[in-house]
Amino acid sequence: MTATSSETPRVDAVPVKHSRYRRVGASRGNFELWSWVFMRGSGILLLVLVFGHLFVNLMLGEGIHAVDFAFVGQKWSSPFWQVWDLLMLWLAELHGVNGVRTVINDYTEKNSTRWVLKALLFTSALLVMVLGTLVIFTFDPCIDPSSTLSVCSR
Amino acid sequence: MAQAANGTLYRGREGMWSWVAHRISGVLLFLFLFAHVLDTALVRVSPQAYNEVMDAYKNPVVGLGEAGLVAAVIFHALNGLRIIAVDFWAKGPRYQRQMFWAVAVGFVVLFVPFAIRHLSIVFSH
Repeated sequence: MTATSSETPRVDAVPVKHSRYRRVGASRGNFELWSWVFMRGSGILLLVLVFGHLFVNLMLGEGIHAVDFAFVGQKWSSPFWQVWDLLMLWLAELHGVNGVRTVINDYTEKNSTRWVLKALLFTSALLVMVLGTLVIFTFDPCIDPSSTLSVCSR
Repeated sequence: MAQAANGTLYRGREGMWSWVAHRISGVLLFLFLFAHVLDTALVRVSPQAYNEVMDAYKNPVVGLGEAGLVAAVIFHALNGLRIIAVDFWAKGPRYQRQMFWAVAVGFVVLFVPFAIRHLSIVFSH
């Protein structure tokens, strides 16, 4: 990279040397680029996954009134909904973590505050993803003795 | 960091306010997701534990909260499409204001039928 002299014209809307915003921490590789790409890609997928989730759970049948253990058991006895919900869980949590990370970066002024908030953020995300994944795949719809699901009768 | 002493880049109108609403709805959805995964995890505890919590949710106050949640999802989703259009469509930045009003129309078209359906279930049980 060639050294830029202060006479080099810049294309910024506000030339850096005239800006009173401090711009710091320029070198983080391509991470921020990929995070930007991820937000758009996961956003499109989540639009389909979440709208489908809301339509099936809140609009069809008895709507929210039908949601109980048997309803969840019915859905998660199908690999289709297990995969759907797993994808939705991971994409939504990562999309949300990345969004809240941006919000924290924007509004915290002290390094210590930023560090603590991000530690809480990443810990909660890990908890949600691990717990959610375990629940989807270790769930047994037949622990309900009164279950009328066909997978539970033999 | 943007501070009052540095002047401001906030310009108001559709561009700024949609950005503010996108942030607020996003943070709300993130907080909801945390609670939603924890309460759904109760299916792994026992059917009774899960059903008790679901029954506790089945009241008009939570029902209105659910409507607010879906409103946040619809706005965040549609405005997200607008952001993608601003980023990837050559004319996106020029039409960002018109696209904001398209988001508002899409919001009404999706949310009103949902609210009628959902709230009639919530208030009839």
